[in-house]
Amino acid sequence: MEKRSKSGTLKRQWPLYVMVLPGLLYLFINNYGPMAGMFIAFKRIDYSKGLWASPWVGFENFKYLFKTGAALEMTRNTILYNLVFIVLGEVTGIAAGIMLSELRRKWETKFFQTVILLPYLLSWVICAYIGYAFLSRETGLINGLLNSLGINEVDWYNDPGKWPFILTFVNIWKGLGYSAIVYMSSIIGIDHSLYESAMIDGATKWKQIRYITLPLLKPTVIMLIIMSIGRMFYSDFGLFYQIPMNSGTLYSTTQTIDTYVYRALMTRNDIAMSSAAGFYQSIVGFILVLTANYIVRKSSPENAMF
Amino acid sequence: MSNVLGRGEKIFQVIIHIILIFMAACAIIPVWVLVAGSITNEQELILSGYSFIPGSISWDAYKYLFFKAADIVRSYGITVFITVVGTALSLVITPLLAYPLSRKDFKARNVISFIVFFTMLFNGGIVPSYIMWTQIFHIKNTVWALIFPGLLMNGFNVILMKNYFSQNIPVELIEAAKVDGAGEFLIFGKVILPLSLPIMATVGLFVGIGYWNDWTNGLYYVTQPQLYSLQNLLNRILQDVQFLSSSTLAQAAGGAAMTQMPSVSIRMAISVVGILPIMVLYPFFQKYFVKGIAVGAVKG
Repeated sequence: MEKRSKSGTLKRQWPLYVMVLPGLLYLFINNYGPMAGMFIAFKRIDYSKGLWASPWVGFENFKYLFKTGAALEMTRNTILYNLVFIVLGEVTGIAAGIMLSELRRKWETKFFQTVILLPYLLSWVICAYIGYAFLSRETGLINGLLNSLGINEVDWYNDPGKWPFILTFVNIWKGLGYSAIVYMSSIIGIDHSLYESAMIDGATKWKQIRYITLPLLKPTVIMLIIMSIGRMFYSDFGLFYQIPMNSGTLYSTTQTIDTYVYRALMTRNDIAMSSAAGFYQSIVGFILVLTANYIVRKSSPENAMF
Repeated sequence: MSNVLGRGEKIFQVIIHIILIFMAACAIIPVWVLVAGSITNEQELILSGYSFIPGSISWDAYKYLFFKAADIVRSYGITVFITVVGTALSLVITPLLAYPLSRKDFKARNVISFIVFFTMLFNGGIVPSYIMWTQIFHIKNTVWALIFPGLLMNGFNVILMKNYFSQNIPVELIEAAKVDGAGEFLIFGKVILPLSLPIMATVGLFVGIGYWNDWTNGLYYVTQPQLYSLQNLLNRILQDVQFLSSSTLAQAAGGAAMTQMPSVSIRMAISVVGILPIMVLYPFFQKYFVKGIAVGAVKG
């Protein structure tokens, strides 16, 4: 093969460079632009002076954020919800994936798979309407049910103690179909002869699941868990903003970093606090992703992202 | 395999059916509650609340929706517009970026792959992003605000497509086209794209649903009601009960008829109309959707 010079390659490959141009431009604006703008967390933004002329204040925004206790509350909520979601989400997803793969008729698998994925396709606004139909104080289905059973009705949207359960339920309800399909597709990849020989040896269904399916799913489970750990500092804005219907009395159990950043920026116009909280989330989130990947690379290098 | 099931196997099948039926019910009942609410008589809704089975059926909400609601029709149009334009643009720039990255002989491959990949690890957050889009690009209260920020393309889809190209399109095919004198653009258009319909369908579906369901861009960048997408309209109505009665919807109904506007059931009717296209198209696209989730899971 002839060896081509560098300029020769460029001459031949210029169409490829043209192709990547629009996509790269978009990434530079949409993704790298905001990264470059993170310095605003260290400024006191004054729109009349403009971004550049606004004074630098060092770590003052961060000091204030942590002093008020807001940082502690939203960090606690974000991490605790993520922990519960990871554990329950994995357990229910694996269970549903196994059940889907055990169905003997093809149409049944397709039917259940299609139906349990349905909530995944609904927007969070629609989910908030559904939630309201169930939880509304006067007209909600659940209070109607409680009334007919002679139990006192609950003021759901003003009772913070109930929300960890509600949000966990909604999160699993919405994500179950997705994770079930993820696990089902990796169960389908398992060599079928393993089950056949286990059956010849008289292994029950439970034993087959316990000793064949679960051990073979382990790498997928570990990988997904570690990836979720990398996202521990992020929460689903739609879940925490829409489902509690933005109710102020619920903030103690529904405020996460994402909802805090939104509210500080858009309702309180407090760029200092919102940019400080956002910066904190980006940096700690990045450290978590790197740590998670480091752990994967140590234990099973073939699953590492980089 | 034998068709005769052992006793343990039979019990197992019964148990998984019970659990799966329960899960399916949890998924379907909430959607049914919306539909039931939209066809329940307004008075019944106000007096006795939502129910699983409407006592007296009324189509008033839909009548208002279709004949009197210019607001809703417009926001529906905006949602259709941003979904079509956004998805189309995305399906142009995503494969154009992904294809060269799948070519082992492309010199800038590693550098550009890293630029794409890094966006999946780190992001600058919403505040700088908001300031950039509003102060530098001035997209507040334009339809572009519903198309450009965030949704148009992401590193994940680029890598999904790149992997598809490098696994499914033989290098020999590209080489053969080159020998025949085809340029890179011709190869991309006549060889690569026709072979990539499954991944285009999968990515297009995810991006399209992303646009259809998005309400956050409108929440940040749109304050004028005439630019609301359907989701923003629904969001606004949910937060502000007065909004619906102050809109053209109520004005069209006329002052005297104001009290008759089915304001509770009409919210449900808008939601139903909003999820209808997804429900109708979903069975046809289901295959690509499941495939997309499965390949996405292989390598996050």
